[in-house]
Amino acid sequence: MADMLPEHPDFLWRNPDPKPSYEAIIVGGGGHGLATAYYLAKNHGMTNIAILEKGWLAGGNMARNTTIIRSNYLWDESAAIYEHSLKLWEQLPEELEYDFLFSQRGVLNLAHTLQDVRESRRRVNANVLNGVDAEWLDPQQVKEVCPIINIGDDIRYPVMGGTYQPRAGIAKHDHVAWAFARKCDEMGVDIIQNCEVTDLITIAGKVIGVETNRGRIATERVGLAVAGDSAGLAEKAGVRLPIQTHPLQALVSELFEPVHPTVVMSNHVHVYVSQAHKGELVMGAGVDAYNGFGQRGGFHVIEEQLSAAVELFPIFSRAHLLRTWGGNVDVTLDASPIVSTTEVEGLFVNCGWGTGGFKGTPGAGFSFAHTVANGTPHELNAPFALERFETGHLIDEHGAAAVAH
Amino acid sequence: MLLIECPNCGPRDETEFHYGGQAHVAYPEDPYALTDKEWAEYLFYRDNTRGLYAERWSHSLGCRKWFNAVRDTVTYEITTVYPMGQPCPVDLRTGERIRTAADSGSDAEAGGGSGGSSNSADTTIESEVGR
Ligand SMILES: Cc1cc2nc3c(=O)[nH]c(=O)nc-3n(C[C@H](O)[C@H](O)[C@H](O)COP(=O)(O)OP(=O)(O)OC[C@H]3O[C@@H](n4cnc5c(N)ncnc54)[C@H](O)[C@@H]3O)c2cc1C
Ligand SMILES: [Zn+2]
Repeated sequence: MADMLPEHPDFLWRNPDPKPSYEAIIVGGGGHGLATAYYLAKNHGMTNIAILEKGWLAGGNMARNTTIIRSNYLWDESAAIYEHSLKLWEQLPEELEYDFLFSQRGVLNLAHTLQDVRESRRRVNANVLNGVDAEWLDPQQVKEVCPIINIGDDIRYPVMGGTYQPRAGIAKHDHVAWAFARKCDEMGVDIIQNCEVTDLITIAGKVIGVETNRGRIATERVGLAVAGDSAGLAEKAGVRLPIQTHPLQALVSELFEPVHPTVVMSNHVHVYVSQAHKGELVMGAGVDAYNGFGQRGGFHVIEEQLSAAVELFPIFSRAHLLRTWGGNVDVTLDASPIVSTTEVEGLFVNCGWGTGGFKGTPGAGFSFAHTVANGTPHELNAPFALERFETGHLIDEHGAAAVAH
Repeated sequence: MLLIECPNCGPRDETEFHYGGQAHVAYPEDPYALTDKEWAEYLFYRDNTRGLYAERWSHSLGCRKWFNAVRDTVTYEITTVYPMGQPCPVDLRTGERIRTAADSGSDAEAGGGSGGSSNSADTTIESEVGR
């Protein structure tokens, strides 16, 4: 039987055993851990490094998200890091020599109330000042971009217009992870799966290694990129993080002919929708209310977003729900990420990307790699330091950023 | 969807409730004495336990009263529901019930323990809920 099977395709990365020590260790083999290792090797010449992943590569939020990529955030600090990230996305398929279906099909953020309209216009102006492509569309123009949308006033919250970022889009998340992994591996980075970090070892306020289920590994630099598990892991070194982990769910329909040409997000009726290359309608909305690590949430959250979707897109009423799933997202109180040094020398944290860190994957990796390599933040992530919770320089993207994700 | 036992109304759907986050976070006794770091702690830092967690819920579409619950944040199972102002009756590390004054008629100290930093100054909680 076995000799009738075709050859196994080439593996994209080796599966080495951990070495006794590394120059740096990145914990978490999601998008952010992979991108960080990639830029550590590429931009900072650090190739004697390892990514330790407790499960399998991209088994966390990386391959559970709805893949929306955009940079139309309100505040200067956010626009800077997300726009940098978007520019990196634009060059990554070529740089990683991997077509991961990055599709700049634009994003519409709908406005349904007068307040929405005002905030949206303000955000468009802020975006333009920050060099982010953005425009305000009236309902008719919204319908030109996305013909299946209902702009009638016969619904509870009629569409009063929307912002449009043409350079936004989607990408195929698992392939993004594999693309980074292959390049990391080529540059000599060890990607070690099924390797859970169980403790962070410090002496006199300095990192000296990590304890894992595959033994102790020595290192003087540890970068945490473990999303929902960040607070628990940082606590092993006595570092407390202002993170609350919540379930965030998403869903897909069965496959359809292409009907939905862009990405539509609505904060007010709360749903966002795109259509994957294969044809599924991909949808998501907000987190489940309670703290949770179960990678699942309540079905009423799914029901609510589906009713919002059907109101906006009447033709979806005949679609069937195929699959729902959830991830554990790491939420901060200002809805902005933390990419920071800590009070422990050699321990760095990248977390708090919450419901919207897929788009930030290259930007996080780029700036976090700089932080891990130099021990100090890059100018892009300096505002996203832990200190902001003490100084009061919060970057309050709650609501300001159109919608999470 | 969770089925949550309101202490006043009995078991009801999760959609009738509002989540209030970690329980037993007391308002600072002397706000003027707090450093910026301590303010940050109070405002932005909460335990993010994987496992048993003492948290607040309000039955917002029912009796509109707040209460506390102990819930496992991995399985989501709610093991205990108890009134505002009462110390957590469960050792959050082991899941065992703590003997309280109500159990024994004396021994009032026993209820405050466990749960690391989370159990303190329960008397202030009623006022915190009013915000
Ligand atoms: C349903 C859903 C929809 C989303 N939609 C979008 C969207 O449309 N657009 C967007 O920009 N963002 C979105 N996000 C958010 C985005 O997915 C996350 O912000 C991002 O993936 C987080 O970074 P990551 O990929 O590194 O995380 P993860 O993939 O979760 O990586 C963390 C890794 O750390 C590992 N780990 C944890 N603890 C340990 C340990 N002790 N030792 C070793 N390894 C450990 C985990 O196993 C995991 O693989 C969504 C998230 C979800 C759940
Ligand atoms: Zn009630």
